[in-house]
Amino acid sequence: MMDGIRVRLNLRREAFALDVDLDLPGRGITALFGPSGSGKTTCLRAIAGLERAPGGHVAVGGEVWQDEAAGIFVPVHKRALGVVFQEASLFAHLSVRANLEFGRKRVPPAERRFEPEAVAALLGIDHLLERRPERLSGGERQRVAIARAVLASPRLLLMDEPLAALDLRRKQEILPYLERLHDELSVPIVYVSHAPDEVARLADHLVLLDAGKVVASGPLGQTLARADLPPSFADDAGVVLDTVLEGHEDDALSRLAFAGGVLRVGRRHEAIGSRLRCRIHARDVSLALSRPSDSSIVNLLPAVVTATAATDTPGHVLVQLRMGETPLLARITERSRRELDIAAGRELWVQIKGVALLR
Amino acid sequence: MDAADLAAIWLTLKLATVVTLLLLVLGTPVAWWLARTRSRLKNAVVAVVALPLVLPPTVIGFYLLVVMGPNGFLGKLTGALGLGLLPFTFTGLVLASVLYSMPFVVQPLQNAFEAIGERPLEVAATLRASPWDSFWSVAVPLARPGFLTAAVLGFAHTVGEFGVVLMIGGNIPDRTRVVSVQIYDHVEALEYTQAHWLSAAMLVFSFAVLLALYTFNPQSPKGRR
Repeated sequence: MMDGIRVRLNLRREAFALDVDLDLPGRGITALFGPSGSGKTTCLRAIAGLERAPGGHVAVGGEVWQDEAAGIFVPVHKRALGVVFQEASLFAHLSVRANLEFGRKRVPPAERRFEPEAVAALLGIDHLLERRPERLSGGERQRVAIARAVLASPRLLLMDEPLAALDLRRKQEILPYLERLHDELSVPIVYVSHAPDEVARLADHLVLLDAGKVVASGPLGQTLARADLPPSFADDAGVVLDTVLEGHEDDALSRLAFAGGVLRVGRRHEAIGSRLRCRIHARDVSLALSRPSDSSIVNLLPAVVTATAATDTPGHVLVQLRMGETPLLARITERSRRELDIAAGRELWVQIKGVALLR
Repeated sequence: MDAADLAAIWLTLKLATVVTLLLLVLGTPVAWWLARTRSRLKNAVVAVVALPLVLPPTVIGFYLLVVMGPNGFLGKLTGALGLGLLPFTFTGLVLASVLYSMPFVVQPLQNAFEAIGERPLEVAATLRASPWDSFWSVAVPLARPGFLTAAVLGFAHTVGEFGVVLMIGGNIPDRTRVVSVQIYDHVEALEYTQAHWLSAAMLVFSFAVLLALYTFNPQSPKGRR
């Protein structure tokens, strides 16, 4: 695809090899997810050109950045990209404003797509412009680094675990800004992370990496719901549903509609019609052969089993189901699977104990 | 202090200024290369740059005399160019001092460049700055303490040298007779009063320079060896 991101890399290091071949969408957030040492960061650095993969091929939106077969390797400073590293890496000798301007003033005026004021407001740093980097909190620094990258008018924004160096509160502080970036800028983002929560909350597209190889690549909802992934990914398994806030009920519950039915959650304060993303952990889903009439669980939905798979935890299995069009994962014991005779094609009821609202 | 003393002071300041400027121009690329290279030649270059720290000044002076003399390659070159011979000239003194003070400039600069690390330069590259651009807009400003240390140490060390000056420069008033040599002359001639004045001036100068360096530039001690 012309407007997509094409990445083919083959890199060999001592005791490590990266071998990826990816077609990524030219919009939204693509998460590169995997355990440490899986090659996420190396992959991101190679896309940026900070690391040179011999024989590699990188093209963004029809623009070729690297094609060794044709003798092309565009140096980093000639690529229209932005990189946000794990540490904010602001220039200590420059004010926040000069940091923001650093990339922007090096972009020809005709190619500038964003105004410093607008981006500073978007990231909530407009009151910090005259400060020196050392007088910012960790979260503020990272927001300045993100704004600085955006202001370089990138055609691709690369983020290397931008929240990993921050504590939980700072993470919570930045996540809404990343969502705003996603919603308001038309810049594709490749986001490296090993935190499932961040990925579930932010990503549209998911690439799972393990030991330098692509295990899966596809739209977030579908990819998370796959039961055939390596067991190491199964322990934190769960699906992400994009829902619409449909209405409220008298007893302080709200209804979230999705392709496979309706979920009921504690009262939400967003406007009716708002899109809300929620995550359902496999461990929060249990199964029953008939509709339970004596359960305290509110969310009871009919579903069909599509597959079962092993997990890393002894005695447990992962069950993949479909509620209408929407996939769901449940983690149950091997004993339950045997006693209820759960196998592909079986119709049953799911009980959802917890729904985590992500945004 | 008489006119000869003042002339020696003036000559010393002139020499140290010229040498410091030359050293910053020549030492910066060397330090930059040393800070970033993975070449196997690195250690050899480090050792060559550091040689003046351990060699007696007479050894350096001797070799320079040979090289600059009528039969040395540099002497033949300057002769062929119609520049005459360098020993016992101000230019020869500058050349010798540059070599002799090189480690005092290269080492603090190399440390400063190494302390910056790769990251700021990578960030600059992702923000569309070419390597030349990032060197001036990121590396040099971040290495400013290193430049200050290098300039001060290079200047002070050139002011304080004696052995190389005596061998290369000799003792020619207004051309090669710097303060350290002038003091030596005074002592030889038992002119202790004049020697006291000049020595005290050097002492005060050196102390003031180092005090200023450590006060305004607290990171500088790591730049010394």
